[in-house]
Amino acid sequence: MKTMKNDIKSKLSAWLNFDLDLDEVPERTPPKPKAPHRSKLLILRRIQNERVHRAVYALLAVFCSITLAACLLLTVSGMPRYGEDAEFMDTVTYEYLAHGMEYTGVVNIVSGIILEYRAFDTLGESFVLFCAVSCVLLLLRRDGASGKEPPAMRDITGDPILSSSARILVPLIFVFGIYVLLNGHLSPGGGFSGGAVLGAGLIIISSAFGEDVSGRIITERVFKTVTTAALLFYCVGKSYTFFTGANGLPTGIGNGTPGDILSAGLILPLNIAVGMVVACTVYGMYRMFGKGRF
Amino acid sequence: MRDFVCNLPFLSVVVFLFAAVVSAVLPPRASRAFTTVVESLVLAFSVAVLVYTAGTGTFFRYNMGHFDAPWSNQLRAGVLEALAATVFSLVLLLSHVGGMRYVRVDIEPKKQNLYCTLLNLVGAALMALSYTNDLFTGYVFLEILTLSSCGILVIRRAGRTTLAAARYMVLNLLGSGLFLLGVCLFYGTTGHLLMEYIKEGVATLDATGEYAVPLTVTIGLVSAGLAIKAGLFPFHTWMPDTYGTATPTSSAVLSGIISKGYIFLLIKIMYRVAGVDTAAMTAARHILYIFGILGIIMGSVWAMQSSYLNRMIAYSSAAQIGYIFVGIGLGGEAGFVAAMFQLMAHALTKPLLFLSGARLTEASGDSPAFADLQGAAHRRRGAGAAFTVGALSMVGIPSLAGFCVKLNFAAAAVQHGVAADIITLGTLAVSTLLNALYFIRTVIRIYTPSEAEWGVVPVRRDVGLFVSAAGFIAGIVFLGFFPGPVTSLISRGLSMFG
Repeated sequence: MKTMKNDIKSKLSAWLNFDLDLDEVPERTPPKPKAPHRSKLLILRRIQNERVHRAVYALLAVFCSITLAACLLLTVSGMPRYGEDAEFMDTVTYEYLAHGMEYTGVVNIVSGIILEYRAFDTLGESFVLFCAVSCVLLLLRRDGASGKEPPAMRDITGDPILSSSARILVPLIFVFGIYVLLNGHLSPGGGFSGGAVLGAGLIIISSAFGEDVSGRIITERVFKTVTTAALLFYCVGKSYTFFTGANGLPTGIGNGTPGDILSAGLILPLNIAVGMVVACTVYGMYRMFGKGRF
Repeated sequence: MRDFVCNLPFLSVVVFLFAAVVSAVLPPRASRAFTTVVESLVLAFSVAVLVYTAGTGTFFRYNMGHFDAPWSNQLRAGVLEALAATVFSLVLLLSHVGGMRYVRVDIEPKKQNLYCTLLNLVGAALMALSYTNDLFTGYVFLEILTLSSCGILVIRRAGRTTLAAARYMVLNLLGSGLFLLGVCLFYGTTGHLLMEYIKEGVATLDATGEYAVPLTVTIGLVSAGLAIKAGLFPFHTWMPDTYGTATPTSSAVLSGIISKGYIFLLIKIMYRVAGVDTAAMTAARHILYIFGILGIIMGSVWAMQSSYLNRMIAYSSAAQIGYIFVGIGLGGEAGFVAAMFQLMAHALTKPLLFLSGARLTEASGDSPAFADLQGAAHRRRGAGAAFTVGALSMVGIPSLAGFCVKLNFAAAAVQHGVAADIITLGTLAVSTLLNALYFIRTVIRIYTPSEAEWGVVPVRRDVGLFVSAAGFIAGIVFLGFFPGPVTSLISRGLSMFG
C-alpha cells in the first residue's frame, strides 16, 4: 500500500515538476536495490495477487457465460416456431422455393440463392477467404535465408500405409471433388464444398508423397495465377450481372434447360471460380502452417 | 436508363476489390502507386455521389442483380452514406500517402504489396458498410474489415505487434460473433435481411408486443457487438498496444476510420433497422451513453498517466470514441448530428496526430518516450506544427474542428432535461480540462529546447507526409470555420435515413 502511495506521489511530482520548471529535465531515477527479504515478500504478494486475479477472472468468465447462455436460451424459447406465421415470415423463402428454378435455371436452389439472388454476399465471402490467406501468407511465409527454420514436424512422407492408401484414394477424391464442383447447380454441392474436397486431395498428396511431388503440381506461381484469375473472373463476371441488373439491361446469357449440365447461366463458371479459390486457400494454408513455403 | 452516378456506390466497392487482387501480384512500388490511384478514384466517386444526392435531395437504391427487393442484395445511397464514404476514402488516401515512407521502412519488401492488398480490402469493406442496405452484406464486409485490420497490424514484425494484434482479434471476433447472432435473430423474427423490411417487421412486433424478449436481446446483441468492435470503454484495452506498435499508416487508418465504420453501421441500424425510439433501442442507447461517459473520463485519465506519446494518443482515442457514443445515447436529431460530426472530426484529427507523432518520434532516436521527445518540434518543424494543430483541435480551441464538436454536444445536451444536461456538460468540462492538460503538456514538451545531443539529425523531406498533413489540417480548419454546411448536410442525411 505504502509503495503504491509513494509511486503515485513520485509520478505526480515528476509530472508537475516538468511544467513548473522548464530548465530542469526530469530524469527517471533508477529503482533502488531492495533488501532481499523485502523483494521475496513482494514476489510472494505478487503471486498471491495473481492467484486472486485468476480466481476473480474465472468467476467472472463463468458468470458472463452463464448469463449470456441464459439470455440466448430465453430468446430461442421465445422465437417463432418452425412453420409458424408463414404468410408474415416466409415471403422471401417462399419466393426462392417457388420461382428460384424458373428465374435462375438451377435445380439446387441453394446455389441459386448464393450465386444469383445474394451473389454480392458470396463475392464478399470469397474475398474473406482471400483476405485470410493474405494474412496467413504475410505471417507465416519464410523467405529463404532470412526466415528461421520452422519447428520440426513429424515427417510422415513415404509412410507405407498412408502412401499406398493415398495412391488409391487421391484419384477418387479428385473425381468426387470435380463432380461436386461441376454439379453445384444440379445437386447439393458447389464451389465451396467442391473446392474444399479438392484442397483436401492436394493436402493428402503433399503429406503422403512429399513436397517434391506436390511442388510439381502447385508452385507459388500456379497458386498466385489460379487465385488471381479466379477472383478477377468472379469480380468481373458478377459485376457485369450487377451492372446490367441494376440498369435494367438484359445480360444476353440464357438460363438453358434446368437440369442440364450446361445451364443456369453464369452459375457453373462462377462455381468453378469459387472452387479454385477455396482449393488454393485450403492447400495454401496447410503449406504455410507446415513449412512456411510452397 | 438511370443516371450513371447511381452506379458509383457499386463501383466504389468493386474497384477496391479488383485492386486488392491486382496489387497482390504487382511489384511493391507499382502496387503502392496503383493503390494510391484507386483510392483517389474512389474519393472522386464518393464526392460525385455526395454532390448528386445533396443536389437532387433524394436517395437511390441499387439492386445487385436482376431481382427486385426483397429478393436480392441492395445498396442504397443518400446524403449521409455518401458523406461517410467521402470521409472514409479521403482519410484512407491521406493516411496511405502520409505514411508511405514508414511502410517502406517498417515492412519487408516482399510483403509490401500484400500491405496494399489489405488497404484495398479495408477500403472495399468501408465502402460496402457505408452503402449497404442489407444487414447480412454488412456482416460479410465487417468480417473483411476485421481480418484486414488484423493484417495491417501484424505486418510490422516489431516488439509486441503479434500479441497486440492477437488481443485485438479476440475482442473483435467476440464483437463479430455477437453481431452475427443478432443478425440471425433479426432474420428469425422478421424473415428479412433488407433494412426497410426488417424495420417494418420490428415496428409491427414492437406495436403488438409479440416476441418482446427476442427483440430486446437482438438489439442488445447488435449494439454490444458493434460497440465492442469500435473500442468503447471497457473494451478499449487493445488500443494502446496496437496503436503503439503498428506502422503509422495502420494506426492512422485503424483509429481514424475502421472503428468509425463500425459506428456508422450502428447508427444506420438504429435508424434503418431497429428504429431509434423503440423501447429496446432506447434502453440500449442509454447503456451506451453511460459507457461513453465513463470512456471519456477514464480514457483521459489514462492518457494523462502514460509516458509514451503513441500510447497517450491511443488512450485519447478511447475518450474520443466515448464522445460519439454519448451523442448516440443522447439521441434526437441533435445528438446524432453531434455524433456524426465528432466521427468526422476525429477521423481527420487522429491520423494527423499519429503521422506527425511518428515523425517526431523518428527524430528522437525512435523513442516515443516523452523524456526523449523534448525539443522534437525543433528537429522536425513541420511535424511539430502539424501535431500542434491536431492537439489544439483535440482540446477544442475555437476555429478548429474540436471546438464545434464540443459546441454540438453542449447544444444536444441542453435538450434533454436536467440530469442528462448536468452529466453531459460536466463530463464535457472535465474532459476538456484533462485534454488540455495532457495535450498542451505534450506540445510544451516538444517545443522545449533539449539539452541532449542529437547530433545532426538528417532531415529528409517527406513530400507524402507534407501533402497528407496539409490535407488533414485543411479538413480540420474547414470543419472549424464552416460547421454549418456540414451539420446541415448531416441532418438532411439523417432525415433521408428515416
